Amino acid sequence: MPSPTPRLPRMALIAAILALVILVFAWVGGFLSPGRVGGGGLADALQAANGKVYPGFRRAHAKGLCVSGRFEANGAGAALSRASLFPAGSVPVIGRFSTGGGNPMAPDGRVVFHALGLRFVLPHGERWHMALDHTPIFIASTVADFVALQNAAIPDAKTGKPDPAKMKAFAASHPETQAFLDYMKTAPLPSSFANGTYYSIDAFRFVDAQGQSRLVRWQFEPETPFAALDKATLDKQPSDFLFDDLLARTKQAPLRWHMILVVANPGDRTDNATVRWTGPHRQIDAGTLILDHAATETQGDCRDYNYDPLILPKGVAASDDPILAARSAAYSASFRRRTKEGPRVDAVTSAHATGGGQ
Amino acid sequence: MTTERFALPARILHWLMAALILAMLLIGAGMVSTATSRYPELLAWHRPIGIAILILALIRLAVRLTHRPPPLPSDLPPLQVAAAKGSHYLLYALMIGMPLIGWAMQSAGGYPIILWKGVVLFPILPHDALAYGWLRFAHGLLAYAFFLLILGHLGAALFHALIRRDGVFRSMAG
Repeated sequence: MPSPTPRLPRMALIAAILALVILVFAWVGGFLSPGRVGGGGLADALQAANGKVYPGFRRAHAKGLCVSGRFEANGAGAALSRASLFPAGSVPVIGRFSTGGGNPMAPDGRVVFHALGLRFVLPHGERWHMALDHTPIFIASTVADFVALQNAAIPDAKTGKPDPAKMKAFAASHPETQAFLDYMKTAPLPSSFANGTYYSIDAFRFVDAQGQSRLVRWQFEPETPFAALDKATLDKQPSDFLFDDLLARTKQAPLRWHMILVVANPGDRTDNATVRWTGPHRQIDAGTLILDHAATETQGDCRDYNYDPLILPKGVAASDDPILAARSAAYSASFRRRTKEGPRVDAVTSAHATGGGQ
Repeated sequence: MTTERFALPARILHWLMAALILAMLLIGAGMVSTATSRYPELLAWHRPIGIAILILALIRLAVRLTHRPPPLPSDLPPLQVAAAKGSHYLLYALMIGMPLIGWAMQSAGGYPIILWKGVVLFPILPHDALAYGWLRFAHGLLAYAFFLLILGHLGAALFHALIRRDGVFRSMAG
């Protein structure tokens, strides 16, 4: 079709409009901001600190064991949140105990940092996922610090081990990380998964039936009496001693924890998971977690879930703690990667198959 | 020259969905790029908008099947006719397929499909981690394909409006 005016300026206009759309997309997607860290960047940092990728396994807390049971609510938690977990009654729970680190074959004595993922199956399709640690505090207060910490832990190409000077330098400039390392060194560690307390770490916003909102942390306190781990003999312990201990204990009797809700006092830090809440607090015992069954990851039904701490029911929401969103993004990236790689047989199952277990 | 226009419901659906789909592509690209509180906030918008697009796309398919669209200009080269027809089949496939893949992958991943707090959609696939892994991969890959297709669609629309001036752009815009 002949055109009355020259085509070139109009072609340029079309190109400019398309370029603008591409530019907006690139800007929103972070392609113009190399410093922006997403869930994938966090998973990359964890992989680098692990020294290698272990396909099919979580990028952190790679070694785990499945548990299941129920939560028996006593009704008291409804004073703080309208979440359907809290009215008196019982809901099914599955969970996963894990040790720290990204090596799924690591001996338990090397990574005595414990964690517990829980998945509460609530009415009307709702789920509440929790990712709890046996420390009341987290190791870093911001995403940038967490990435820098992982970078300081990258194994040296020659020695195959992290450079202790780098970690020392990081801790020296980050007192909250030093406080966490001191806690791990000085606080008595639980001798078993069964006698540890598991903390929410971050604060969450609880909303009650009247719409009133409060900031809350919580912890699962064991009925099993605390016993301290002998840190001097850790190297001599069998490779899977923590996991085998839990398998043996659940065969004997159900394990029980009380869910203790802790309401923030005015002045408590609710945006910083490295700061403990000290002094007296309003506490509510919301009910009992009863775990009566354990199985290896390969035989159980816990491995293929993401214990993303932001999968929350109505009545519970995120706080302004930046670590919370970062955990959610990082867990999702790890889940994306490992599910596509496909599951692998876990260390405890392998050990039992070769007669190494109890 | 095309003087006919698309039926009014088709035009309303087109522009409403154009806004939603563009928003959705930006939300998706934005949320995977960040680990700040924007991540959970964008994710919370991604699910209900995705389901809204699925519902609107099905209504639009029904409108398309019951209303004959204006014919393309008779002087349009055969290659451009083929590109126009082919790209529209792909656009419909992605408008319906992307939300379905998203819904299916979240189902397979064992995630609750939260439309808004307290309202959870039923799963459409059983829990299967490997299926999640590949569906999630496809969802991301097809999002880029969708974006490229929309760029092509926009470029072609502008070509009709500014270069050919053949009434095709006005049949949807007017």
